[in-house]
Amino acid sequence: MNKPIVAWWFLAPALLVLGIFFLLPVLVGFALSLTDYDLYALADLHNLRFVGLHNYWELLHRPLFWAALGHTLYFVAVGVPLSMLASLGAALLLNSPLSKARAFFRTALFAPVVTTVVAVAVIWRYLFNPKYGVVNFVLMHLGMHPIDWLGDPRWAMPMIILFAVWKNFGYAMIILLAGLQAIPQDLYEAARIDGASIWRQFRHITLPSLSPILLLVSILTVSGYFQLFAEPYVITEGGPLQSTESVLYLMYDEGFKYWNMGTASAVAFLLFVLMFAVTALMWRAGEAEAAR
Amino acid sequence: MIWSKWWINGALVAAAALVLFPLAWMLSVSFMQPGTAGSLPPPMLPAHPTLGNYRELFAHAGMGRYFANSVFISTSITLLSLVCNTLAGYAFAKLRFAGREKLFGLLIGGLVIPAQVAMLPLFLLLKYVGLVNTYAGVILPSTATVFGIVGIFLVRQYARGIPDDLLEAARVDGAGELRIFVQIVLPLLKPILVTLAVLTFLTAWNDFMWPLIVLTGQQHYTLPVGLASLSREHVQDFELMMAGAVITVLPVLVLFLALQRYYLRGLLLGSVKG
Repeated sequence: MNKPIVAWWFLAPALLVLGIFFLLPVLVGFALSLTDYDLYALADLHNLRFVGLHNYWELLHRPLFWAALGHTLYFVAVGVPLSMLASLGAALLLNSPLSKARAFFRTALFAPVVTTVVAVAVIWRYLFNPKYGVVNFVLMHLGMHPIDWLGDPRWAMPMIILFAVWKNFGYAMIILLAGLQAIPQDLYEAARIDGASIWRQFRHITLPSLSPILLLVSILTVSGYFQLFAEPYVITEGGPLQSTESVLYLMYDEGFKYWNMGTASAVAFLLFVLMFAVTALMWRAGEAEAAR
Repeated sequence: MIWSKWWINGALVAAAALVLFPLAWMLSVSFMQPGTAGSLPPPMLPAHPTLGNYRELFAHAGMGRYFANSVFISTSITLLSLVCNTLAGYAFAKLRFAGREKLFGLLIGGLVIPAQVAMLPLFLLLKYVGLVNTYAGVILPSTATVFGIVGIFLVRQYARGIPDDLLEAARVDGAGELRIFVQIVLPLLKPILVTLAVLTFLTAWNDFMWPLIVLTGQQHYTLPVGLASLSREHVQDFELMMAGAVITVLPVLVLFLALQRYYLRGLLLGSVKG
């Protein structure tokens, strides 16, 4: 048995770093969200005033906040199901006993996950360039009208969703693939003997066995997608007409462009509460489903 | 049966082509003469390949500096968090102390807090101690947020496999705790340390929002921050921007390809925490 004091020496570096650079700022952040910290307070702390929940109240009455929230929810609500479908589809293909060169395809499909968002966003901007981009070139060849991806507020967010799906689907794919491989083969064997079709096997064996993992990766993806920032920052700069300005983008602008640190902190905490509520709801729903 | 085989493999080939196309084209455009990528039909291959874009980036756009910054910052974050997380992960797995499970539960609970919540106050705190626009200003907070809690979790899961008898025997022989850790535990933890190092390095390299906030001067920019700033100046210089993207992405892609096994294991271990 070790002496208890030894354990604390081992823990000290990690707890210090986490305490100073994570826990403390989170607590200070909440306090900050209750103040009117702005450019004047930045210059001289005497200008700082406690304002209670005023920042939150004011945000909830601001169209720009609701717009940013709407864009973020749009991104999550459309992007997450699309990502999950792509991940599940790719995992099923890779898991098929008929597929060849699986290691190669797995690596190829996963590659975008390890790339740098900023760098691949720069590629995306070229691919979707309204004038010279290959996407519009293909569209025109198919007899469709070219789309002003970067300039039309209706199309900028769909483009960013496509980007996010391309960039991220490989992550859930790998985890789902591991889940698929863990399903006992004799279940399928028995189903085949009973004459169950491929679809029925998928519906009654694959999906139920996979559902806990599916729930987990959906929750991870949802919380990742709520943190939308770098994509619009690089591809559209939040435009056109602020149609891709996300909640985090608003936080960044409020905080580091206009130095309204109090308001920006309130934005951060509202996002946190929302993420927490949505993911907790998903857990609840998932557990209720499993208990049925 | 033969048809399903065609369908499945055909679909895989199509998916891989679609997924890899942007990356392949990035590489191709990066070798094109300035101005040639902005034409119709979009050229697939450079007519007269050149390294001029790369030369331009390193000579006039400060890309060499950004690259060195990225290497230094990512390496420092990786080393620091390896030290912190290995020590803590081992303590949570194998050392006895009051409140161990409770403290660990608190840490895991902290995972629900997104790092961005800490960013504004962190910026102010760093400003008051003079760490804004310094390497330390990126490195120290990133050690906590980039992979901190997950790193501790990964090491703990792995270290739980070490038999207690082995450690007890060493203690009976009179070995100190530090010596046990260095000579017995560390060698056994090697595979998970490689995993953790790769995951941390790649995440640190790709990290954008915090470096963007805290690095206010070009001389400290990392590659993603530098590239984002360049791309706002050079919106129409496709060839130059693709070369910049290659410089940013290639190191992580190569590292991933070389150490894929370790990386994917960390991904799977990390996702079963729920």
